[in-house]
Amino acid sequence: MQKSLLINADKCTGCLQCEMACSYEHYGIFNPSKSRIRVFDFHNTGVKVPYTCTQCDEAWCLKACPVDAISIDLVTGAKVVSEDTCVGCKVCTIACPFGTINYVQDTGKVQKCDLCSGDPACATACPTEAITYVDADWTGLDRMRAWADKLGNQASTN
Amino acid sequence: MSWAGKLLRVNLTKGTCKSEPLNMEWAKTYLGSRGLATKYFVDEVDPKVDPLSAENKIIWATGPLTGTMASTGGRFTVVTKGPLTGAIACSNSGGYLGAELKMAGWDMVIFEGKSPKPVYLYIEDDRAELVDAGDLWGKTVWETEPAIKIKHQDPQIRVSCIGRAGENQVYFAAIVNDLHRAAGRSGVGAVMGSKNLKALAVRGTKGVGNIKNPKAFMAAVNAGKAVLAGHAVTGQGLPTYGTQVLMNVINEVGALPTRNHQDVQFEGAKDISAEAMAVERDSDGKSHLVTTQACFACTIACGRISQIDESHFTIENKPQYKNTSGGLEYEAAWALGAANGVNDLEALQYANMICNEDGFDPITFGATVGAVMEMYEMGVLTKEQLGIEAPFGSVKALCHFAEITAQGIGFGKEIALGSARLTAKYGQPDLSMSVKGQEFPAYDGRVIQGIGLAYATSNRGACHLRGYTIASEVLGIPVKTEPADTDGKPELVKAFQDATAAFDSAGLCIFTSFAWTLADVAPQLQAACGDEFTVENLTLIGERIWNMERDFNNRAGFTSKDDKLPKRLMSEAAKTGPGKGSVSGLGKMLPQYYKIRGWDSDGQINADTRKRLGL
Repeated sequence: MQKSLLINADKCTGCLQCEMACSYEHYGIFNPSKSRIRVFDFHNTGVKVPYTCTQCDEAWCLKACPVDAISIDLVTGAKVVSEDTCVGCKVCTIACPFGTINYVQDTGKVQKCDLCSGDPACATACPTEAITYVDADWTGLDRMRAWADKLGNQASTN
Repeated sequence: MSWAGKLLRVNLTKGTCKSEPLNMEWAKTYLGSRGLATKYFVDEVDPKVDPLSAENKIIWATGPLTGTMASTGGRFTVVTKGPLTGAIACSNSGGYLGAELKMAGWDMVIFEGKSPKPVYLYIEDDRAELVDAGDLWGKTVWETEPAIKIKHQDPQIRVSCIGRAGENQVYFAAIVNDLHRAAGRSGVGAVMGSKNLKALAVRGTKGVGNIKNPKAFMAAVNAGKAVLAGHAVTGQGLPTYGTQVLMNVINEVGALPTRNHQDVQFEGAKDISAEAMAVERDSDGKSHLVTTQACFACTIACGRISQIDESHFTIENKPQYKNTSGGLEYEAAWALGAANGVNDLEALQYANMICNEDGFDPITFGATVGAVMEMYEMGVLTKEQLGIEAPFGSVKALCHFAEITAQGIGFGKEIALGSARLTAKYGQPDLSMSVKGQEFPAYDGRVIQGIGLAYATSNRGACHLRGYTIASEVLGIPVKTEPADTDGKPELVKAFQDATAAFDSAGLCIFTSFAWTLADVAPQLQAACGDEFTVENLTLIGERIWNMERDFNNRAGFTSKDDKLPKRLMSEAAKTGPGKGSVSGLGKMLPQYYKIRGWDSDGQINADTRKRLGL
């Protein structure tokens, strides 16, 4: 069973634990500027949104790569960059409609979320469950349950 | 390690920026942030210096855990000599700025001298330069931050700056970072203004990677996070209600200073409480509270983000106040509200937003307005002088004063003095609810004896964040003590003061100490920095820092005579509540406090105490 990162922006407090966990996992350093997940803080509305790669099935980045540096992890379904192969041409960064694959000056390669081989550090670090790692086929399950509760339990007790 | 290992010295007179290695011997004995910056400060600055002169210095300092994943590891302090008090000033702030500075590779920045023209410091990793701020001078905090980001075409820059209050050297001007977090107290913003320093802007991309034992560190961090999540205060109370959880609690124990400390309970407390913030308004069906906000790395998230009722008179035709913004926190809600008898939640947030926008401390501001309102009711100040009728409870007067203070318009110039200078000027010095010139926060020191002693002996003037004995005396953390008791309070205050100094100096938020003791901090510091940071050593470091600050104040001219509370707390008994009839027992507690501190009867540090602490 594959899993997906499920992001619930309503629960995000903007603590950036996810960004640090990501940079620590991949680079052994606490450094949001090297994180593959970013939290956007819209201060005029108070809304904070963690954002990262959704692992498209037909991934633009993968298809655009001229040296086949991006492959599919068959276990997790993650689209994974091979640093050994990547030439830093950045075409994938142009191809990605969501901006979630980015160039890293230090390495001369691109980076994107690789789901930490199936145990995403961001989801583990998140203190509010704004980021969870759930059954890829059922990312809507919690919302369905909430509505079912509303229509079933609550309606029947009225 | 986990210190970056270097500091930036900025000479504003000469316009130079120089990198220096961090004194690692001092880092081991004073830890970082508050402790280490104060060590540099007292070593370099004459205690008698005029706080607003070029000879004063001002330091931004991070701690060894700042910029790490340790929960709340994003704090920094601003250390200088405070204009409001003439004492050592150390104002702590959260947000993201501190971590960004550390990620850029700097433990601290020391500013000295005075720039001939307005400038701001721009740091991009190792590179630092002073940039002309002529076009920023006169701008508010909320205008300055975006202007700097646009100028450098970099939305990821973090900014710490002054607004118009700092520029105009309002005695309680704050330094605001990330729009609504602040190094708020003692007038640190006025020091920036006096130096023509508008802002410190940072972009740090280097990160913090020199953890001594990363695996042990992550284990300690995760253990610490679990303790916070499992505790009633840090896992439930603060995340759900914010610091405002205290409004009704403190009112019930009869320790909510009201109308300039004339009363200890406020009939309007419930209207300005956390619970009120969450209630849907009749006018628009929305609640005042919009969401919560964490500072960097914080897994508590006590911060509140609110939105004023669009139909409220305070924001008519004022678009900049219609968006969400930080607040209300308990201290601001109390100082702007109960201290003045004002119970209009929307108006309090409006005044609070001006405090952030113009950059001044809502505690000192609110308490000063309280003193003004009392003098108005006494007839000492008149409508003609004030420009408005200002009895207790006047929403309009509160908002009016908030609008005129930073720019020194009309009576705003007088309010800008703070309550001690203002009441003295009008012949009523006993009406200033302050210690060493700095106003009380939101707990009555005659009803809760320990906090009264903590106020009297705080090194930066009255302050709850130097020894938060409320934790014990009201909340029962780590053990419950009776608010009315004076026995054992000197020991309690000392223990809180010393431990707090260690928390602050590590780069952590003091709110973790509801759930953590130094036994939770030590493993994180040991894994990050070195085995020597045991609980015992951290306690000693805290005590060393406390005494270093005290020594600076003593050399600046403070004596035991300054460790006192206003007459009102010593002789006017609490009128209502569980503590009815009580006055402060400071006279009983202070000699014992000096004794266990190892100080003489004048509050001077004994030679053997110095020796023991290595001062």
